[in-house]
Amino acid sequence: MLKLESRPQTSPFWRYASPILALLLTVVLGVLLFIALGKDPVRGLQVFFWEPIKTPYALGELMVKATPLLIIALGLAVCFRSNVWNIGAEGQFVIGAVAAGGVALLADKGTGPWIIPLILAAGVGGGMLWAGITALLRDRFNANEILVSLMLVYVADMVLSYLVFGPWKDPNGYNFPQTRTFEAVTRIPRLMDGSRVNIGILLGLAGVAGLWVFLFRTYAGFAQEVGGLAPAAARYAGFSSRRALWVALLTSGGAAGLAGALEVAGPIGQLTPYVPAGYGFAAIIVAFVGRLHPVGIVFSAILMSMFYIGGELAQSRLGMPKSITGVFQGLLLFCLLACDTLIVYRLRLAMPGKKLNPLEGGR
Amino acid sequence: MESTALLVAATLSAGTVLAIAALGLLINEKAGIVNLGAEGMMLCAAIAGFATVVHTGNTWLGFAAGMAAGAFLAAIFGVLVIWLNTNQYATGLALSLFGAGFSAFAGISYVQEKLPEQSKFPIPLLADIPFVGPALFRQHPMVYIAMAITAGLIWFLYRTRAGLVLRSVGESPESAHALGYPVRRIRLAAVMTGGALCGLAGAYVSTVYTPLWVEGMIAGKGWIALALTTFATWRPARVLLGAYLFGGVTMLQFHLQSIGVDIPTQFLTMLPYLATIVVLVLISRNPVWIRVNMPASIGKPFYPGS
Repeated sequence: MLKLESRPQTSPFWRYASPILALLLTVVLGVLLFIALGKDPVRGLQVFFWEPIKTPYALGELMVKATPLLIIALGLAVCFRSNVWNIGAEGQFVIGAVAAGGVALLADKGTGPWIIPLILAAGVGGGMLWAGITALLRDRFNANEILVSLMLVYVADMVLSYLVFGPWKDPNGYNFPQTRTFEAVTRIPRLMDGSRVNIGILLGLAGVAGLWVFLFRTYAGFAQEVGGLAPAAARYAGFSSRRALWVALLTSGGAAGLAGALEVAGPIGQLTPYVPAGYGFAAIIVAFVGRLHPVGIVFSAILMSMFYIGGELAQSRLGMPKSITGVFQGLLLFCLLACDTLIVYRLRLAMPGKKLNPLEGGR
Repeated sequence: MESTALLVAATLSAGTVLAIAALGLLINEKAGIVNLGAEGMMLCAAIAGFATVVHTGNTWLGFAAGMAAGAFLAAIFGVLVIWLNTNQYATGLALSLFGAGFSAFAGISYVQEKLPEQSKFPIPLLADIPFVGPALFRQHPMVYIAMAITAGLIWFLYRTRAGLVLRSVGESPESAHALGYPVRRIRLAAVMTGGALCGLAGAYVSTVYTPLWVEGMIAGKGWIALALTTFATWRPARVLLGAYLFGGVTMLQFHLQSIGVDIPTQFLTMLPYLATIVVLVLISRNPVWIRVNMPASIGKPFYPGS
């Protein structure tokens, strides 16, 4: 029978191999799911892994989807490395979108492109404000940040709903719950014609570089991580775990808010009740699968966005509901957590009744 | 008078969902395991129960299906967390995300279906007492079952040997292991029972409370139930009372609308979530109070033989 044996030290091989094994397991389970639903599994794999990268336009769409996931996950990486569990990134995304949308609505035909940095700054500010509530309640009252940030997601959705059904509703919009479309000048500039890729991806890559430098080359980043991993050691060294908490939440809130601003002033172009698309939750998975490392997160953001696009294609080409994306995302995280066990344990075949003799190297 | 009685009745009904789920989570946490996957389990149980009732017409089979779904998902969670020692919080979160995705996927073909209104079960003589009757005694049987579960749990935890063993596993699994108790199997049993109860609550929502299926219909009740268990300091009677309190807050939004208070509906809908935050702040302010009442091994992995 199989036994789990503790490794003397964690396996560096499995640290990188575990996400890959988890992906393979998810694919296997996905194939089984396709077969169980009576769909052609080969076609299914094609739709998820080949179609999204087939043409340059498809690659562009992949980047468009990956950008918010990447940006939010970078912020979450700071948070999770500091042992602060910000599960409410979705709410911070929404409030960032709302703030950015509010600024965008102020623009009229005569406004110059200087409004774009203002929109993005509003998004960052909105997200930071929302995350700041969680930080304050955890800092002053020791309230669990998982539950507070999650409750604030529902509150944020209600705030958005109030605004698009009420004061910000487009008077010429046939009573649909949406704001008017933002002026063209507020649109986030695109990188090239023929594709919807915008400068958001550049901001994301800049974030990757910035996070790498912060985490691995600055004193502040080191203090941040120690504050999370070993609070007692941090106190001894004089690092402030309160500061780590605030930095973590404000960074991830600002990142999520920026992603919200990019989505709303970019692909969507207005505020609707459908702005919350679950990116805040998917980004949690992106961060974990990317091993909380900036470069890993780039790959896992691309992978996650393939799941999204694959789900949409599966709906239009194979007749499967696009919520299959959510199933695969959840499966991936489950498989990752299971495979992570191999980093700390190894599997051994142990014959019941026979003892392993260390002198003989096991029998 | 009449409307106040109905308000009380609706409060009990709304609170029942939270009560059953929170009692399930209480069993988990008494054994030392935090299952953040409550929302996911409730969602999957909701669709399982709804689909079962659509196909069989029997609400009780629907409840059974919900309990089975909850227990099954909890078992997967349990194996990962108890035998593979994965991080309890991350695994619970994974369960919630998976449950949300899977329930949306499985429920696609059921979105337009409707179920018949569930009959209330008026207790023969008591239901006719002027005010108290309509308020308390004309409910769906599940409301009374929730009260029975609370009483049963109090008896089990504090008056039986098995309950004592469960509590000791939660306080100090190492000591229980040293005494020869099968700690991991006890924990798995607790996790699966808790999952079954969360499943029952989820099935109740989709078959009785609001007999329809919509993606995400649990709307955070699983998370509120988690907060409720902490707020009630892990005591079943307090969980039941706290659940009714939250049920009251939920009903408050409808009541305020019906008496014509001019607040936009979205702000009223926020009330349960804001109330949860307030409650969390109040209970967390004194960390000593939490530490004294919390089962000591919550969240920590257990390694037999270490």
